[in-house]
Amino acid sequence: MPDLDELAAEALAAVAGSGDEKALEALRVRYLGRKGLLTAHLKNLGALSADQRPAAGQRINLAKQQLQQAIETRRKALAELALDARLREERIDVTLPGRRRAAGGLHPVTITLDRIARIFHAAGYDVAEGPEIEDEYHNFEALNIPANHPARAMHDTFYIEPGTVLRTHTSPVQVHVMEQGEPPFRMICPGRVYRCDSDLTHTPMFHQVEGLLVDRETSMADMKGTIVSFLREFFEERLKVRFRPSYFPFTEPSAEVDMSCVACGGKGCRICGHTGWLEVMGCGMVHPRVLEMSGVDPVEYNGFAFGLGVERLAMLRYQVGDLRLYFENDARFLRQFH
Amino acid sequence: MKFSESWLREWVNPNMGTAELMERLTMAGLEAGGSAPVASKFSGVVVGEILAVEAHPDAGKLRLCRVADGAGIHAVVCGAANAVAGMKTPYARPGARLGDSGDSACGEREISVAAIRGVQSAGMLCSAAELGMGEDAEGLLVLPEDAPPGADVRDLLALDDHSIELDLTPNRGDCLGMIGIARDVGAMLDLPVAEMEIAEVESRIEDEFPIRISAGRQCPRYLGRVIRKIRLDAETPLWMREKLRRGGLRCIDPVVDVTNFVLLELGQPLHAFDLARLQGHIDVRLSRPGEEMTLLDGKVIEFAQDTLVIADAAGAVAMAGVMGGKKTAVSEQTADVFLECAAFSPEAIAGRARAAGMRTDASQRYERGVDYKLQRRAMERATGLLLEIAGGKAGPTSEALGEIPATRRINLDHAALRRMLGVEVPPAEVGQILTRLGFVVCGENSGTLTVEAPSFRYDVAIAADLIEEVARIHGYDKLPLGMGLNRQRMGQAPERQIETGRLRHQLTALGYQEVITYSFIDPGLAASFSAGDAAAVRLQNPISSELSVMRGSLMPGLVQTLRYNVNRQQENLRLFETGLVFAREGDGFRQQAMLGGLIAGARSPKNWSDSGANADFYDARGDLESLFDIGGRGAELRFVAAECAGLHPGQCAAMMLAGETVGHVGALHPALQRKLELPPAFLFETRLDTLGARQAPVAGELSRFPATSRDLAFIVGEEHPAGDIELLVREAAGPLLTSLRVLDVYRGGAVPEGCRSIALGLTWQHPSRTLDDVEVERIINKTIKALRETFHASLRN
Repeated sequence: MPDLDELAAEALAAVAGSGDEKALEALRVRYLGRKGLLTAHLKNLGALSADQRPAAGQRINLAKQQLQQAIETRRKALAELALDARLREERIDVTLPGRRRAAGGLHPVTITLDRIARIFHAAGYDVAEGPEIEDEYHNFEALNIPANHPARAMHDTFYIEPGTVLRTHTSPVQVHVMEQGEPPFRMICPGRVYRCDSDLTHTPMFHQVEGLLVDRETSMADMKGTIVSFLREFFEERLKVRFRPSYFPFTEPSAEVDMSCVACGGKGCRICGHTGWLEVMGCGMVHPRVLEMSGVDPVEYNGFAFGLGVERLAMLRYQVGDLRLYFENDARFLRQFH
Repeated sequence: MKFSESWLREWVNPNMGTAELMERLTMAGLEAGGSAPVASKFSGVVVGEILAVEAHPDAGKLRLCRVADGAGIHAVVCGAANAVAGMKTPYARPGARLGDSGDSACGEREISVAAIRGVQSAGMLCSAAELGMGEDAEGLLVLPEDAPPGADVRDLLALDDHSIELDLTPNRGDCLGMIGIARDVGAMLDLPVAEMEIAEVESRIEDEFPIRISAGRQCPRYLGRVIRKIRLDAETPLWMREKLRRGGLRCIDPVVDVTNFVLLELGQPLHAFDLARLQGHIDVRLSRPGEEMTLLDGKVIEFAQDTLVIADAAGAVAMAGVMGGKKTAVSEQTADVFLECAAFSPEAIAGRARAAGMRTDASQRYERGVDYKLQRRAMERATGLLLEIAGGKAGPTSEALGEIPATRRINLDHAALRRMLGVEVPPAEVGQILTRLGFVVCGENSGTLTVEAPSFRYDVAIAADLIEEVARIHGYDKLPLGMGLNRQRMGQAPERQIETGRLRHQLTALGYQEVITYSFIDPGLAASFSAGDAAAVRLQNPISSELSVMRGSLMPGLVQTLRYNVNRQQENLRLFETGLVFAREGDGFRQQAMLGGLIAGARSPKNWSDSGANADFYDARGDLESLFDIGGRGAELRFVAAECAGLHPGQCAAMMLAGETVGHVGALHPALQRKLELPPAFLFETRLDTLGARQAPVAGELSRFPATSRDLAFIVGEEHPAGDIELLVREAAGPLLTSLRVLDVYRGGAVPEGCRSIALGLTWQHPSRTLDDVEVERIINKTIKALRETFHASLRN
């Protein structure tokens, strides 16, 4: 049997020189395993005298412990080396582009409608929708626009058949809601509307948002406050807003709403026709006859309504130069609105 | 309505410039849409009197005029044919500057002494066009005979003036005349408005032409007057021509000019008939069935039922309030006229001109309402002017009356006014505003004003109308900004309804771009995606034939969009749209909200790690499944082979939910694809209401016990759809089955012709214990048996 010291030295040298975890494990078995060389020394203890045994045992155990520790240290070092090698090997070029689908996006009109709806939703307005093929009663008569009324000339109406039209505004939705519900009402009606008109500044289809608030004590001051707040929220700017007397058959008093031009800040430019003002909305106090026809008592209740063109607001917000771009749906145009 | 600013200032003269005046008009509801100077910016042009006209020695068309300008006599070469001795005309002295009128061919220039074809010309005589006063470049502008030579033409003709264009709303017919604009300006600025004195014209002849009104409700008042021996070749004076020109009207002859002038001044349309061509009497009546007339402009009109007409004994001679007839029109031969001045009810005229494709100055006013008390003054005014210009003798004015509208009395409760405006306007101010606007305050009783509306304000009938009048004159901008509407209210969309926005966002995350296409489409393309024509909804008056039928499906619009983009080299597309589709249904229309999508080109962009294989049916189907997963109904959704117009019959599925077809998905039909020159594309369309419906989720117990999985491959005839096999396996594999996946579909090799091998991955799990192998074996055997018995499927080794 080799001398313990020699054996220990040999084992430590072998451990230090081992190249991988497998070799290290073989060394452990060779020296410390059940049939290992150091283990054999322990087994020989029995051959020693009782007074020699404790010292010899102690020496052997010390050697074992030293070897175990060396193996453990070496194992950690080897693991670290292996990890380093693996990390080196697994290096990739992170600057190569990622694997993905082409990005989709919403139409700018939808984005604008969503923004408008969120602003009003926060103030407690519901969203109501209605049919696009509408009867003349709801599109005109119920809004105080009888046949032959000069205001009908402002609506170039598409007809499906006598008495049935494509709605020229989303105001009929108000009427449906008032006919079917009980006041108070607080709602917006977004949607497609149609006018028989097509040129540089008109498309035969466009989007409107109509708003309605009917309650017991509603004033023009409330209407002004609501609209000014809305425009400032929408454009995220402290715009100047002015209200001009105007005429709509379904409101009285009525107003046209101008805001300071977002392009030039009111100094005058091509977009505002050098006036500094942009006409953006119409509004007014709901005509008592409209309330009455929809079954709302105009003595107890009053309210205001407003209407705005979505494409126009989107044009101003996103600097869209040409109305027709909205419905050509050129993917290159649409992709700009993610 | 276009008018001369200086004319307005003859009535009411605010101390402000043009821009501010326009701003004030706009802010009071009379939108001033624009203005233009009435002449170019010339200077140094004076009244010249032509003393003599001689021939130019070297040029046949030119003449040499001797012109006196108060300071001396000058020789001026002139090419105008109307140059004649004694005439007063604008004379641009040497040193004068002529502006760029925009209309004239010449730009801004300075006039100097110049030799014209060898003769010295000291300046130039001017046409109207050369001064930027309209388009007339034919001859020299004729100035009034009493114009003093040497006087500055700018001052003489008050050319530092603007034509202001008002974009009036349809309720303000009263402002289609200077009298109304002046009244409103006076009211808004609290300025006095000049009263117009109209002298009565004495009749010098006895002649009257009989008139009567049969349609009294439609015609409250009709005035007629015979005027004999007028001279139609008389020259309309420059002051009137200028006012007409600045009001946007052309000069024709004295009769037309005078009636047009009164139209601009008072807003009252008048019409002159050739008396010699009228027969018997005038009757204001409704048209007879089939009655026809040739209009002034030569067009033959068959009157719509119950059109108000002016008729003589022989038939209609004018379409009341719209246009006169040709037969009785004033012509060069006319010496005697019958002048008509009438009030018609707006309801009788409204829409008639538009329905006949016309719009005249008269119809524009009558359908908005012409003051029914104005006729006598207008008649005197027109007669006076006409006699002054064209001579002649007037007979007495005849008047026929129909039903005169009752004066409207309106009560205005001050509390209601405050409630409506949200601010206090002092009662005294309310009364003053209304009075300035021509309303008569008849009384006040405990906070309620009783007001009489003037006969020219057809638009004021109820208290709200008065409130608007008060508000607009008080100033909308003086109303405060209120937000007193904060009555708290909670609410949100019900959870069982998925908001469309959520579906849209899912689609954009899947790479879809939203589009918005027209709701009306090309009938040919629509038919390609339609099973039948009967339900198609057509427009009666489409903008063009390509946009003439309401879409019955979203697919045509998506295909059209694909085509538009492919033509612009955009070929890898995922598109979607939401919106209504339309069909006739019984007596009415079905208007159904749908969601449609289209995929074309590569599944994902070609890239270093991905060859960019083209998307196919299963991409579309997978996207749809993920949409239905939002509502937790993806697993319920069944795809059943089906046929659908416009789609490939072998690559099309109907989507079934609870036994109901909720949509279709499939490949664009190859024939259609070829015809439209498109790449292969996959389309889907589904009802938005079913897609958006769901149950609020219920959380179940999670099993803590291990799951057991087995893969099963079996060979089955091609005729059996995977969907049927899946259904059967789900049933046979029992309630403990937690997952079923189709792992592989394989043909060829050891699989016999006409069959395919399908591999399924099945997983079972028990909620409260570990499944033992025997149990699983039993389930598997039951499944295999069911497959064998139903589909003759055999287990593959």
